[in-house]
Amino acid sequence: MPSFLVSVIIENKPEIVDPEGDTILNDLILKDKKTSVKKIRSAKMLRFQIEAKSKELAEKAVMDLCNEFRIYNPLVSKVSVDTSQI
Amino acid sequence: MRVAVIVFPGSNCDRDMHHVLTDVFKLESQLVWHTDNLPNNIDAIVLPGGFSYGDRLRAGVIAAHSPVIAEVKKMAEKGMPILGVCNGFQILTESGLLPGALLKNTSLSYICKWTEIIVKNNKTPFTNRFKPNQRIPIAIANGEGRYYADKKTLESLKKNNQIVFAYAEDINGATMKIAGICNKEGNVVGMMPHPERSAEQILNPSDAKPASLIFESLLKTLGVTA
Repeated sequence: MPSFLVSVIIENKPEIVDPEGDTILNDLILKDKKTSVKKIRSAKMLRFQIEAKSKELAEKAVMDLCNEFRIYNPLVSKVSVDTSQI
Repeated sequence: MRVAVIVFPGSNCDRDMHHVLTDVFKLESQLVWHTDNLPNNIDAIVLPGGFSYGDRLRAGVIAAHSPVIAEVKKMAEKGMPILGVCNGFQILTESGLLPGALLKNTSLSYICKWTEIIVKNNKTPFTNRFKPNQRIPIAIANGEGRYYADKKTLESLKKNNQIVFAYAEDINGATMKIAGICNKEGNVVGMMPHPERSAEQILNPSDAKPASLIFESLLKTLGVTA
């Protein structure tokens, strides 16, 4: 059975203030006066190593778990996944 | 009258709550481990503060999957008074018993200080001894205490009189300075400040009487006092 690394990225929805991202931008990155960075959003990433028949099935299995166990709070967070075979 | 104080791995205000309920307000309270069944014939439930599971993933989310929470939900449906304080409030939101979410404070700091909250709903089992807009000097101690609700949820909270406590000042970026809310039925209340640290005069640098009314409201609800 193939093995996959499914990275689940959890970040606050755009309308929610992200003081960590704002602090990194305003108090660190923007100290470089020449930077063109306009925005930073912080996020949490969880990597799931999972065996599955396909990439799609691996992602579905992980997302089912994320939804069942409220790995992210749907009220405040959005998730995205990035999967690679290992 | 018996009150169950639920203990999760990482709870650290359970014994303070047990002391206040038992020694100060003369209620029979019992510490209940989160994997145990709720005792029979309890009249109220308290989810105390602390750092269940070390706040891993998000404050309260792992405890919200504890076996006892299914029983707490059944008691909530039956109308039993349930109070969640700080981490207990976070667990109530993560378990779906209360709407909204508790996010990291805007300052990203752990805030531990005395503050003042205002009673916005004096009809709940934990606020029925208060006058409307009465102020309560009270302790807060949290890192993830910024209450957040989206526009739809906020409208529902206002419509159903579910905002129970508001901070007198904006201390953490909470939506509408919300410090505590209840469910639509009013029997489940969650609050970030700590009444158990504030209801004895020896602990409170200001006036402990208002905070003690939270427990005296419960006594009234349970028919112990008028």
